[in-house]
Amino acid sequence: MKKICLYFEIHQIIHLKRYRFFDIGRDHYYYDDYENERSINDIAERSYVPSLQTLIQMCKDNPEFKVAFSLSGVGLEQLELHAPQVIDLLKEINATGQVEFLCEPYSHGLASLANEESFSAEVKRMSDRIKELFGKRPKVFRNSSLIYNDDIGAQVAAMGFKGILTEGAKQVLGWKSPHYIYHCASDPRLKLLLRDIKLSEDITERFSRQDWSEYPLFADKWLDWIAATPEGEDVINIFGELVTFGIFHPLSSNILEFLKAIPFLAKERGIGFALPSELCEEKSVGAIEVPYNISWVDEERDTSCWLGNVMQREAFNKLYSVADRVRVCGDRRIQMDWDSLQASNNFRFMTTKPGYQYRGIYDSPYDAFTNYMNILGDFISRVNNLYGGADNEEIDGLITMIKNQQDEITAKDKEIERLRKKLEKYNPTELEEKPVKKAAAKKSAKKVADVKLEETPKPKKTRAKKAVPKAE
Amino acid sequence: MKVLMFGWEFPPKIYGGLAVASYGITKGMIEGQPDAEITFCLPKPCGEEEKFLRIIGMNQVPIVYRDHDYDYVKSRIPDYMTPEDYYNFRNHIYADFSYMNVNDMGCMEFAGGYPGNLHDEINNFSIIAGVVARSEQFDIIHAHDWLTYPAGVHAKLVSGKPLCIHVHATDFDRSRGKVNPTVYSIEKNGMDHADCIMCVSELTRQTVIREYHQDPRKCFAIHNAVYPLPQEYLDIPRVDHGKEKVVTFLGRITMQKGPEYFIEAADLVCKRSKNIRFCFAGSGDKYWEMVDLAAAKGIADRVHFPGFQRGKQVYECYKASDVFVMPSVSEPFGIAPLEAMQCGTPSIISKQSGCGEILDKVIKVDYWDINAMADAIYSLCTNEGLHTYLRDEGLKEVAEITWVKVGHRIRKLYDECIYNGGFIH
Repeated sequence: MKKICLYFEIHQIIHLKRYRFFDIGRDHYYYDDYENERSINDIAERSYVPSLQTLIQMCKDNPEFKVAFSLSGVGLEQLELHAPQVIDLLKEINATGQVEFLCEPYSHGLASLANEESFSAEVKRMSDRIKELFGKRPKVFRNSSLIYNDDIGAQVAAMGFKGILTEGAKQVLGWKSPHYIYHCASDPRLKLLLRDIKLSEDITERFSRQDWSEYPLFADKWLDWIAATPEGEDVINIFGELVTFGIFHPLSSNILEFLKAIPFLAKERGIGFALPSELCEEKSVGAIEVPYNISWVDEERDTSCWLGNVMQREAFNKLYSVADRVRVCGDRRIQMDWDSLQASNNFRFMTTKPGYQYRGIYDSPYDAFTNYMNILGDFISRVNNLYGGADNEEIDGLITMIKNQQDEITAKDKEIERLRKKLEKYNPTELEEKPVKKAAAKKSAKKVADVKLEETPKPKKTRAKKAVPKAE
Repeated sequence: MKVLMFGWEFPPKIYGGLAVASYGITKGMIEGQPDAEITFCLPKPCGEEEKFLRIIGMNQVPIVYRDHDYDYVKSRIPDYMTPEDYYNFRNHIYADFSYMNVNDMGCMEFAGGYPGNLHDEINNFSIIAGVVARSEQFDIIHAHDWLTYPAGVHAKLVSGKPLCIHVHATDFDRSRGKVNPTVYSIEKNGMDHADCIMCVSELTRQTVIREYHQDPRKCFAIHNAVYPLPQEYLDIPRVDHGKEKVVTFLGRITMQKGPEYFIEAADLVCKRSKNIRFCFAGSGDKYWEMVDLAAAKGIADRVHFPGFQRGKQVYECYKASDVFVMPSVSEPFGIAPLEAMQCGTPSIISKQSGCGEILDKVIKVDYWDINAMADAIYSLCTNEGLHTYLRDEGLKEVAEITWVKVGHRIRKLYDECIYNGGFIH
């Protein structure tokens, strides 16, 4: 049976304010509160609320209907602050049980291309947030804008995810069809779900375009296309942003009516629905090798819209040059700013590719770059001040040391675990007292290691302490 | 196709942007179109103009009949002209101008440039144009800038050939709205008679339509271009100032160019940064005012006034700069940023500059927004990425803007005027 896997992204950036270079060192607040409130309310009102209400109704009316979402951390913060009703709706739809929440990097940033530790820390943070909000730890991952390559695949698999969503980009698929389950070339445990570009973009890009030859698109026509796919091609991945409904296409285009009609008409044609995690249980037909970055953006389906020109690369390199320092510092405000500065949209405003129109408050890529670099200048000096002007080499050395020690502790924990098991085998009589003690000791040690690095390694504690800034 | 052109300046004698533009337009047409022949009328050629077009010195065209023999004429006229030309002109004198102040050849003298009696010279130029128009064969008339509009109109009335006028600037740009009524009437009259009005930018075109009440159908934006730099200029090495950066203004220091905004922005930058210097090159009526302003702001030690730059010095100045700024209040086109970009110097221009319409790899700010201007200057000086991008991409962009392309666009308009009777039917 053919199955449609519907997935929608919910992400809005925290808009940066106009920040002149005279503000560097004087003003540490970077956000355009008015624009943030205005835009998130506008989007919630025009798009998120009506489309979620529609989806909730669809779930209630059609028990076989299923849909997946992912939230970015920064988007979530915006919603919590300005439009909590959207979160209530998400909880309501979650309660139907026909919904799955995926994990993505907290900041919607490009850390996966720059810094492994920061990336996994972010993912973990987001995963915790999702568990806290919706009660279930996500099993499937989607990177910001579906950015993917083999290395990212391996890393995501190592974090314990079963599957990852990415683009069915022509340059990696070649003659292959996106309508199958594949797996990551560098780790077969990780399943790949590939977006069907044409069928997805029929809705997300072209739905209300009157110059499109298929306009107007009705649900039956669209489902006929799905039904007409060759026998055996059973997985139809339709991924998009939730703002497709209401922002990309105004509600007056009746796009919600289109959506509503899908479950019923799909049933007529014998097409079902599936959640990403269900698909990941299925068998893969083969590996897909992705040596270069792919994403769901632009015709190139690569990362050129964020890192295409020298300005973007400079900003990117400069931002991630302090990634380690930010990660180990305990400063909450710095880490919040770090999230919002990472959001990939900031880089997209700087693109010089032709045809890109939306630039937020900026009127040119140079303007966007200048503003971002001013803020980054202030941010980096704040980060460096935390370290009391210690030079880079010293700090990098210490950070590496901390990391090594952490690895060592993890390895030792494993060793303890192993030995304990052995011990159990040899003298089951002594079991009562010892393991309990050890397990407790281990637990606390691990907790300390996770939460605060300054208290981690016992032998070299004094040196490590010097490196770590005092939390506010 | 033969074009009779009237111009006021031509290289190597350069007073302002007009000479460069006149040279570019004519050279671009000759290079791009083998059948084009251009006769260029100048008030006072210096004799060292390039020979790709035929130059007529208006100060060698007789308007009063003088009887001289061949050898005497030959000894008196410059070598770009033959005695036959002289006699040809003499045969087409159309009225009695003996009351005018002429020399022994029956010609009028011109001071050249922009002397005090400019209006007299414009009038004399137009009288002589009558003689030229009667003696020459041509298909179309092309007049550059308001000084030559009366001559163009006169030639059109005499010959019946279509008239194109080229608006390099209007009095609205020069005077910030306080127009000189005499100049306005000359401009308006020229435009009213023109079959085609070529403006150097859309900005100028809008002024022509709005302020001079011209029919939009006959107004066209024909943007200027630049010539590739000669080897001599390419060989000038770029100067590395080490830690210091140099930000340059280069142009006439006059109200139209917005020099005070440059000083204001410089002041903001100097407050925050110790290693940026400002070069304020050029001369003009606001020179001393600007020196005073810089001193009053307390940044006179960081703002330098090297004075008027000529010829190669201009390019040395661009090459020694890290950023070029043109904060013009109203700039019909503004060729300077293109030249700076050719030298690999990124530019910041005001949104009120016509060249911004064809340039993408420059930073555009409103001339009054000194905060944005200062921010852009600071960003270019501190962020390597932006500087590299604008330098490299700017070079590529400006290499695509050629006079030959401009020539082709002008030719299309000519053809429309000559063969289809213009744009208004």
